[in-house]
Amino acid sequence: MAQRRMLMKGTEAIAEAAIRAGCHHFFGYPITPQNEIPEYMSRRLPQVGGVYLQAESEVAAINMLCGAGAAGVRVMTSSSSPGVALMSEGASYMVGGELPAVIVNIMRGGPGLGDIQPSQGDYDQMTRGFGHGDKHFIVLAPSTVQEAVDMMALAFDLADEYRNPCVVLGDGLIGQMMEPVTFPEPSERTFDRSWAATGKKPGQRRNILRSLFLDPEVLEKHVEKLFEKFKVMELKEQRYEAWMMDDAPPVVISAYGTTARIAKSAIRELRAEGHRVGLFRPISAWPFPVDGLATYVEQTRLFLGIEMSMGQMVEDVRRVVAGRRPVQFWGRTGGMVPTVEEIVAQVKERSAALGQ
Amino acid sequence: MAEQVAFKRTSVLTDDYFHYCPGCTHGVAHRLVAEVIEEMGIQDRTIGVSPVGCSVLAYNYLDVDFVEAAHGRAPAVATGIRRTLPEDRYVFTYQGDGDLASIGMAEIIHAANRGEKITVIFINNAIYGMTGGQMAPTTLPGMRTTTSPNGRDTGLCGHPIRMCELLDTLVEPKFIARGSLSSPKLILKAKKLLRQAFDLQHSGFTFVELLSTCPTGWGLTPDNSLAWLERNMVPFFPMEVFREPGKMPPQATPYHPDLKVRDDAPKAEKKTEEG
Repeated sequence: MAQRRMLMKGTEAIAEAAIRAGCHHFFGYPITPQNEIPEYMSRRLPQVGGVYLQAESEVAAINMLCGAGAAGVRVMTSSSSPGVALMSEGASYMVGGELPAVIVNIMRGGPGLGDIQPSQGDYDQMTRGFGHGDKHFIVLAPSTVQEAVDMMALAFDLADEYRNPCVVLGDGLIGQMMEPVTFPEPSERTFDRSWAATGKKPGQRRNILRSLFLDPEVLEKHVEKLFEKFKVMELKEQRYEAWMMDDAPPVVISAYGTTARIAKSAIRELRAEGHRVGLFRPISAWPFPVDGLATYVEQTRLFLGIEMSMGQMVEDVRRVVAGRRPVQFWGRTGGMVPTVEEIVAQVKERSAALGQ
Repeated sequence: MAEQVAFKRTSVLTDDYFHYCPGCTHGVAHRLVAEVIEEMGIQDRTIGVSPVGCSVLAYNYLDVDFVEAAHGRAPAVATGIRRTLPEDRYVFTYQGDGDLASIGMAEIIHAANRGEKITVIFINNAIYGMTGGQMAPTTLPGMRTTTSPNGRDTGLCGHPIRMCELLDTLVEPKFIARGSLSSPKLILKAKKLLRQAFDLQHSGFTFVELLSTCPTGWGLTPDNSLAWLERNMVPFFPMEVFREPGKMPPQATPYHPDLKVRDDAPKAEKKTEEG
C-alpha cells in the first residue's frame, strides 16, 4: 500500500502512531499542552476496539498503566511536566515490577504551575529524577513530528523488549505544530507475554508482579538484574544525530528536540557567512549518546549547549567532555523559545572570544 | 466406616505460614477469600491486587496471579487490569483502612463511581498496623494510637470515615456491605458477603468492608480485641448490606438526549492529503 502523507498536529500524530503501533489502551488526565492526545484517543480507540479511560488524576493514570502493563497489553499515557511529576512514583513501581508502558511528556514551563508554553525543563526529571530508587527509563526526544511518529513504534518495542517503561519527551512546540507525516508499517516484532498476570494457568507457576523484596540481599540481586538491562540499553540504545560535523567544525552546538531545529537554521545562516559550526543532537536523552559525543571532543574547540531551560542536558555534555574542552551554555526558559537570530549572535560572540 | 471429611484446607491458600500477629484477623479474611475463589472454581481466572500495609504480602498466601499496587492505588491498578483482560476474569483488591480510606480515597471513590467491575475487600481495623499503630482515618474518637497518644481528638482531626456509607451515595456500585470477623457466626456471614460480591462482580463495582482486629496495634489480647471490636467499632460502623440487587441506588441524573450533541463537536478527522 502506498504510504499517504498527512498533515497532522504533533499531538494527534503521536496518538495515531501509538494506535498503529498496537497500543489500544490509554489512561490519562487532561493537562495543557497535550490535551489533543487524550481527545484523539477518546475518538479513535473505540473505533479499533480499544479502551480510552479518563483517570481521576495522573496518580491514578500511571497506576492504571501499571495494571494494564501487568496484564500484558501495550498501554500508554500522556501528560505534561507537573502531571508527569505526579506519575513518578508509579513509574518507579513499574521499573521495579518490570512492566512495559509508554509515557509521553509534552513539556511546559516550570517550576510549579509555570506556564503552558514550550519548555525543555524536564530533561533532568526524565533522565535523573523520575521516581525513587535505582532505576532508568529510556527517554526518546523527537525533533520533528515525523520523528515523533517513528518514535512511538520504537518506544513500544523498547518498552516490551526490556520490560521497562519508555518515555517520549517532546516540548510544547512538537505537540502543537502541524507537519506532513507518513506512518510507518507496523512492526513485525512479537514479544513474550508469559509473565503477565492474566489468570494462573492450570499446572503452571502463577505470575506475581511486584517491586517489594523485603530481604535486602534479594532486593540487591533484583536491582542488579535490572541494571544488567540498563547496561544493555546503554550499549545498544544510544541514538543521536551529528549534523554539519563532517568538516570538523571548531564550534559544536548541543541541542535536542525543537531547539535543535532552531539551531540548524542558525547553523545554516552562520555557515553562509563562513562560520564553521556543527550540531550534536541527542535523540536518546537516556541513554545519553556518550560514545557518539566522545568521538567529537578532540576535534572541537568549543561546545555550546542550547536548551529551552537554564541548562540541564549540558551537564551530560560536560560529563562526556570532562574538562578537555570548554562547554558553555545559553538558554531561554519559562516558555520563551530561542530565536535563530539569538543563536547566531551567541555563536558569533563566543567564536570571537575564541579567536575564530 | 468410611471417613467423612468435615473440614478441608482450601487449595487456593499456599503452604506458606501467615506472617500476621497472633489474633490478627487478616488470616481469617484471606481464608474466606480463598474459599470463595475455590467454591466458584475461578482460581485460573482471578487476579488479585495487593495493597501497601500488613497485607502487602497477600500474594504469598492466595494462590492466584497477583499485581502489587502502590499505597492506596489498588483500585486504579485493578481498573487497568479489568479494562484489559477478557470479561470472564475476576479482579479483586484487598486493602486496609490507611491504604483505602486515607491515601487511596480518590482511587476508591472514582473506581466505584465508574462502576469498575471489581471486588474491593476493605479490612477496617481502625489503625495503621504495618507502620506500628498510628492513627487511621477510621480510628475511633478518643482511641489511643502512637500518633494520637491522648486519644483521637475530633476537634483536631475530625471523625472516622464510614466508607460504606460514603460509597452508598454513588449510583454505580452494585454491592456494598459491612461485616465483621469478630465471631464464628459473623465470619460465616462475612463469607456470604464476599461470595455475593464475587457473584455480582461482573455486573459492576462490589465492596465488602470487614471489621477486623489489630491486637498488636491496639495493645489488647486477641480475646479482648474481639470484645473491643464488638463493643466499640460495631456501634460506629454498623453491619449492614447497604447496596444489593433490589436495593435501589440513589436516583441517577436523568440523561438528557440533547447532551449527546455539541454544536462545536470536533469534525471526524482533520486530515489533508498532501501528495
